[in-house]
This record gives sequence, C-alpha cells and structure tokens, in this order.
Amino acid sequence: MKRTPIYGLMAEFDNPTDLVVAARKTHEAGYKRIDAYSPFPIEELSEAIGFHRNNVPLVVLIGGIVGCLSGFALQWWIATVSYPVNVGGRPYLSTPAFIVVTFEMTILFAVLSAVLGMLALNGLPMPYHPVFNVPRFAFATKDRFFLIVFSSDPKYSSSGTRSFLEGLNPRSISEVPS
Amino acid sequence: MADPTEIEGQSQRAPVIEPGYTFATITDKISSIVLTRPVSNGWLFGFGLSFLITMVLLYAMGYLFVRGVGIWGINIPVGWGFAIVNFVWWIGIGHAGTLISAILLLLRQSWRNSINRFAEAMTIFAVACAGMFPVLHLGRPWLAYWLFPYPNTMNYWPQFRSPLVWDVFAVSTYATTSILFWYVGLIPDLATLRDRTENRATQKIYGILAMGWRGSARHWSRYETAYLLLAGLATPLVLSVHTVVSFDFAIGIVPGWHTTIFPPYFVAGAIYSGFAMVLMLAIPIRKFYGLEDFITERHLQNSAKVMLATGLIVAYGYGIEGFMGWYSGNRTDAYLLWNRLHGPYHVWYLSLLACNIFIPQLLWIRKLRTSPLGLFLISGVILTGMWLERFIIVVVSLHRDFLTSSWGMYYPTLWDWATYIGTIGFFLACMFLFLRVLPGISIFEMRTLLPEAEVKSE
Repeated sequence: MKRTPIYGLMAEFDNPTDLVVAARKTHEAGYKRIDAYSPFPIEELSEAIGFHRNNVPLVVLIGGIVGCLSGFALQWWIATVSYPVNVGGRPYLSTPAFIVVTFEMTILFAVLSAVLGMLALNGLPMPYHPVFNVPRFAFATKDRFFLIVFSSDPKYSSSGTRSFLEGLNPRSISEVPS
Repeated sequence: MADPTEIEGQSQRAPVIEPGYTFATITDKISSIVLTRPVSNGWLFGFGLSFLITMVLLYAMGYLFVRGVGIWGINIPVGWGFAIVNFVWWIGIGHAGTLISAILLLLRQSWRNSINRFAEAMTIFAVACAGMFPVLHLGRPWLAYWLFPYPNTMNYWPQFRSPLVWDVFAVSTYATTSILFWYVGLIPDLATLRDRTENRATQKIYGILAMGWRGSARHWSRYETAYLLLAGLATPLVLSVHTVVSFDFAIGIVPGWHTTIFPPYFVAGAIYSGFAMVLMLAIPIRKFYGLEDFITERHLQNSAKVMLATGLIVAYGYGIEGFMGWYSGNRTDAYLLWNRLHGPYHVWYLSLLACNIFIPQLLWIRKLRTSPLGLFLISGVILTGMWLERFIIVVVSLHRDFLTSSWGMYYPTLWDWATYIGTIGFFLACMFLFLRVLPGISIFEMRTLLPEAEVKSE
C-alpha cells in the first residue's frame, strides 16, 4: 500500500442515529474502506459499514472441540496407558468419570479462544493508531460518534470526500495524519 | 412519550436508571470515582481495617506452614472442618457474580448492567478466597501443583476418577473464565479512563490495559459476539462448578452426603448466598458513592426476589433431606436427621433453619424489599445461614457416621477462626482497592440503557 501523509478523513457526530445514517450513506456512495467509532456497541453500525459477519464463533467452536478432544484424550491416555490404576476392578477407561474434566476443558479452551480470538481478529493490542492523532477522538470513548473514510479507499480524494462528508451534516471534519 | 412501564400498569416500578442522564454525565459520574475523587477518610478506614484483618490471615497462614494442619480443630473423624466449609461458602458467593453477568445477559435483563461489574469483581475475589482453603488444607501446601497433570519424574498422574480432581479442574477453569470475562468487559471502560485521565502515569497504565481499544464498529461487532459467547459458556460452567463441589460430598457414602438432591440444591444455595453478598456490597457502595441513580430500588427489589426464590429451593432441599431420612428406612440416615435436631450441634442446625428458611420469608413484605437497611441485615442473616449450612453438611455428617466406636466431636480453634475471618478481610481489602482503581459500574453498558442509545429509523 502506498504510504500517504493523510490516513483518512474523519467526521464527528453527536448521536448514534446520525452516525448510522451517515455510515449507511457513505457505504452506499461506494466508499468501501471506511470505519465508524462509537462509545458503546451499536448493532446497526457494523451492518451500515458493510461488516456483516465475523469469525469469532468459528474460532470458539474450534477451540471448544480441541479442548473437548484433548481433555478426553489426556484422561484416556493417563488412565489406560501411562498410569493404569485398578480401582475395585472397574475398567481403566471409565468414561462416565471422565465427563466432568472433559467438559471443563471444553469450556476452558472455548473461553480462551473467544478472548484471544476476539483480540487477535481485532488486531489488539495496538497501542498506537493514527486515529488517536485527532485530539477530538478522545471523545469517542465518551459521548461522540465518528466516521472515517480511509485515504486508501479507491474513491478517496481529499476535496471530493470532504465535500461528501460535509453533506452528511457532521459537527466537524478533521484530517487524520498518519 | 409514554413511559412503557406505565402501559403494563406497573408505573410504581422503579427505573433501572434515574432520568436526566446523558452519555457524558454517566461517563463523568462513574469515572470520577476513580479519577478525580480524593481518597476519603471512610475509604482509608475501611481499607485499613480490612488490610489489618488480611494480616491476621497471613499470620495464621504463616503459623500453619510452620506447624501444620494440627493447629486447626480437624482430626479423625472430622477431617474436613472449617477449610472445606469456608471453601464451599466462598465459592458459592462467587456464583452470583457469574449469574448476574452471564445468565442475566442471556436473558436480556438490562438491569444487570449497573451491578454486573462489581459483582464480577466479587466473584473473582471470592474464588480467590475459596481457592486458598483446599490448598491450605493439603498439609503440604507447597506441593499443590501435584494436583495438576504434568509430566514428572515420579511417573505419577492425578486420579481422574476422583471428584477432588474434578474440583481442581472446575475451580481453576471457573477462576480463569471469571477473570477473562471481567477483563473483556473492562476493556472499553479502560479506554474511557485512558482518554479521561489527566495524569500521564495513570494514562499509560490504563492505556496498556485498554490495549489500544478505539471503539471501531468492526471491533464492537466481534467484541459483542465474543462477550455473548463467553456468557453462553460461563452459564453451564457456573452450574457445573457447584455441581462438582457437591460431588465432593455426593460421591462419598457418608450419611447426609450420598444424595442426588445435592447438585441442584448446592447451586441454588450458591446463588442464594451470592445475591446476599451482592446486596451487602451494593447497599453501602451506592450510599457512599452517591450511586442511588444507577443502583436503584429496582435492583434491590430484583435481588431480593432472586433470594426469595432460591431460598425456597434451598428450603425444599432441606425438606427432601428430612423426608429421605425417614422414607429411605436407612438407619444411619434416620439417625443423621435425629442427630441434626437433637445432637450436640442442634443449636447450629436450628440457627441454620432460622437464618435460611424462616427469617428470609420476611422478604415477602414489599416494604422490606425496598428498604436498604432491612435488606442489608437480612443479607447478613442469609450469609450466616449459608455458612451454617455448609458447617452442618461437613461436620454433623462426619462426626457420627456408621460406627459408634469412631464417633467424635469437632471444635474449631482460634486458628480456624483467624483464617476464616482473615479471608473476609482479604476479600474486603480487594473490593476497596477495586473501587478506587477500576470503574465499579460498567460505563459503556450503562450508556446503552439510555433512550438516546437507540438508533431511530427514519
């Protein structure tokens, strides 16, 4: 990707409805490399910028299956191969007694993959990001709502995009230096 | 706009959040407790006192490490004593935090948003207290890592048919899940604190902990999915944890333990005592930090109703225990019932019945459910009652089992009490610290409760 001195153009809104409407219009106008920022989750917002599904559930499913199989395999191997102990003549592979640990391992692996998977897919931790260069962006974690068009968008042009964003009635528009 | 609660004819119902707040005022109100509010004398006194009690715990632990478990009142036949009583009590208290944060999230009970954060913190600290006891009880606590399966030169592995090993897995999974769930919930609020604080050092700390959260719509989407899945995973987990704890008893053949009612009755009891602890924490917190607008009468009422319901399940459990003692025709079970009512510990059992069944029936009175002081006192009674319940289960069953020749008595020593009270101090000290350094109420989830948070369709 060509390195540009400008990372994108950011428009500020003061309520979630305006942001969702603006994001939808921007997406419909053909801008594809856009993002929106809000101080709390807004279900409609990811839809509006064309982000329809994420892969977190798949990661969790895989984590859960791996945890389940490895939890059972561990007990099976220990009880029958590595350290067989005869308890009152019961079979070495005493499956019912192994259910609890298998279940706990399933949950443990699924939980770890949910948290680590979510962070990894989000690219976190990322202490530095160009959007933090905009001073007003500090309000994105309080009560302001932001929409950004990245300069890497093929449709991006500094004057054209600016006038398009102005048409959306934002409170302010700022350039994001990269 | 008409108040939707009025349409349902329930206009008397207190709101989840008092009207008049905006995104900004919610943020400022909650974050100011951490960022700008000066350390008050009350906080210093409370923290100082609980810190002193924590020192008692450390002293008791140090002495235990030097002298061994003989300093406790445990002996044969009662080998479990306070350590297991306190373990079950603490871990049960933790369960309400998970119930509030996970199960009520899945049930779309939005009132949970103002109490889930500190309830989760309560869970973590309670599980930390719980986790100490089995380890201290080991006799050689420095070998606690032998509980985990790891390749070793002794060529030894844990016995996976034992409920005690299940417990290790259940409790450690539960602790891990609770910490991660809590931390994930904190990330957006840590970002808020990072952007609000004016102190460079705290900004760095919150910044590192927030991991660069910036509230992107893509991030929120994955975040919400992960949070919901975590709730879905924590729900069966929390039920399994106390079920496994009850297996520690129910798998054994000791009279009073070997029953199938144990798992559901333990889980209900856990939630019962946990909500009592939530109320005992929420009532002073909302008072001292002026959070009555966020933790309203509605929260108190709902918690009281949960206690009433779970308390009745617990009462049913006692009823079935009594019924089975008679109906089974089993002599030792029948004797256990008699021994509880008339034996040397009958005062404890009668206090248990009073604390857990009779006194909490006062919660049927609406006036009491809306009175913070009344709820605080009744929660204390319930917590005592639930502690007594575990004492009865552990001690009364063990002290007189099948063979008359092996009967004995259990007397807790000063060190038993010092360790128990010490963990309460440790728990409170952690809560005091938590309230000062992290937002005690979830800021971003409170924002979603405002009417403005909804996207209006044109």
